[in-house]
Amino acid sequence: MSVPVVGRRFAVPEPLRPGELAIDASSVGVVINGKRILHDVTFDARAGEVHALIGPNGAGKSTLLATITGDQTLAEGRITVAGRPLQAWSARELSRRRAVLLQHNDVFFPFTVQQVVEMGRAPWQRTELERDDDEAVAAAIAETDIARLSGRQVPSLSGGERARAALARVLAQRTGILLLDEPTAALDLRHQEDVLRLAREAAAAGDAVIVVLHDLNLAAAYADRISLLQQGRLVTTGSPAEVLTAERITEVYRYPVEVVTHPTSGALVILPIR
Amino acid sequence: MTRPALGGNRTGAPLDIDPEVPGARSLRSGALAVTLLVALIALALISAGSGQLHVPPLEVLGSIMHRLGLDIGPMPSHANGESALWNIRFPRVAMALVIGAALAAAGLLMQAIFGNPLAEPGVVGVSGGAALGASATIVFGWAFLGEWTVAVTAFVGGLAATLIVYAMSRANGRTEVITLVLTGIAVNAVTGAGLAFLTFLGDTAAREQIVFWQLGSLNGSRWQQFGIVLPLVLVGLVIAFVVAEQLDLLSLGEKSARHLGVNVEGLRILVILVVALLVGASVAFAGIIAFVGLVIPHLMRMIIGPAHLPLLVVSTLGGAVLLLGADLVARTAVPLADLPIGMLTSLVGGPFFFWLLRRTRRSSGGWG
Repeated sequence: MSVPVVGRRFAVPEPLRPGELAIDASSVGVVINGKRILHDVTFDARAGEVHALIGPNGAGKSTLLATITGDQTLAEGRITVAGRPLQAWSARELSRRRAVLLQHNDVFFPFTVQQVVEMGRAPWQRTELERDDDEAVAAAIAETDIARLSGRQVPSLSGGERARAALARVLAQRTGILLLDEPTAALDLRHQEDVLRLAREAAAAGDAVIVVLHDLNLAAAYADRISLLQQGRLVTTGSPAEVLTAERITEVYRYPVEVVTHPTSGALVILPIR
Repeated sequence: MTRPALGGNRTGAPLDIDPEVPGARSLRSGALAVTLLVALIALALISAGSGQLHVPPLEVLGSIMHRLGLDIGPMPSHANGESALWNIRFPRVAMALVIGAALAAAGLLMQAIFGNPLAEPGVVGVSGGAALGASATIVFGWAFLGEWTVAVTAFVGGLAATLIVYAMSRANGRTEVITLVLTGIAVNAVTGAGLAFLTFLGDTAAREQIVFWQLGSLNGSRWQQFGIVLPLVLVGLVIAFVVAEQLDLLSLGEKSARHLGVNVEGLRILVILVVALLVGASVAFAGIIAFVGLVIPHLMRMIIGPAHLPLLVVSTLGGAVLLLGADLVARTAVPLADLPIGMLTSLVGGPFFFWLLRRTRRSSGGWG
């Protein structure tokens, strides 16, 4: 099905097919101020999966995500988004393909939460999907549990509330690819679980989700695949059970851990040995 | 697998959202715009009739109507009334109106791209740069573009100053208050030195002109000047209205704005050009009139919130009202004297700026 372009209206991109390659980064290298941050990282994400990026501080998780968003230029390697080289996309086209949640989500002027979430619909202006704007905004606000904050000014919110408002904006954008940089960092237990559950639901609906996480238990519980980074190199990629072994985590994080299977739920639990 | 298109409705049924919030907001914007428009018209009629030769507002209106070919209202009763209105007062009122709108819009645009509500053409030295360009034209007697020369050199000076401030003061997509203010001091010091040098170089007539330039004045406004300022300001305002909604997204930081589809680099350059155009056109014929671009957008933001499109509408109207009022005071406060209007706006704007600085410092716990 192709959407006809009427007048100055823009076409809506086709959704990704389940399992289709959403992001493909091959042999990516990054150098910042003469210092090498990423070495030869090959990484992909497919429609319908949650792919978690984990690793110790300074491992290069956020830098890898920034290369995928286009914020960080590559020293070598190449990245494609939905089958097309990243640099071939215009900002406008890309904004209808993937949404990005950054770590810092300051808003410079006293916009309300409602207004900020509405900004997530900007990419769909003058497309036929404009008609869904109100519904998408209301749904994103409900999903992120910020309805009671919707009239508040964002600069007056707490860090966690601001992070949820930013997440709502990204969800309202409704692109097929979600790139989330530490979305749980400022959140309490319940909202951390909520965010990852939303990521899972998006993947179940066919989205590709890439999420940078610090909490290994969240990664174990919610990711389909995990990529572990260490000092700018990819250590391994695989299912949680493949990646999260006690020996590997102990070695990479330089701290002894135990990995146990929860007796009733069967979930993997990573416990630091204290 | 059935899956709605990207960006589409996922839950099926449309949810009920509260229409009160955006509705109330746009109602307030509309009410404010209408109020300002009425104030603008009333003030323009009063201002045009005020001065040594008094013409009642109704006669001012009558005079305009007769020129439009409508036989409505009384004509000015004084023998020289008609000529005073059309040769002296109206050009001045028209200039005040357009320049006030231009300065308020320029302030708002600067605040948007600097991510800082304290950015203002006068404070950061853009007006100084434009004045330097204009003064050079006076002192060196340039006339390569006829009447337009002074506007063009003011634009170039203002553009250079904007680019310098922009390049020097931003980090991570925004400018901290302390950096902005200090950069402004540095740029104003340099433009001040340039103006001092030109004052030193010029002959007595040029000196006098430059001194009054720095004070800012609408005295001696002519239709010819208005004919130059109006098209420049209109072009600037039209572009500003076209990009206004994208400026909202810049408030999320430049990375997030880019991820929402904004061509950030292109938008920045365009807005800087527009700021230089608006400020250059204003400074070329009225000198430095500071703080309009600070006070008006700030007051309007307090009333209707920070969304840039409605803010731009009410700020241009508010700027026009403010400068009309200030010019009326400048002409009538002291009998037989025409006070410099820049002095008046700074008299009000300086303390306002100080209050804003203190408030920003308190609310962000530092100089963020």
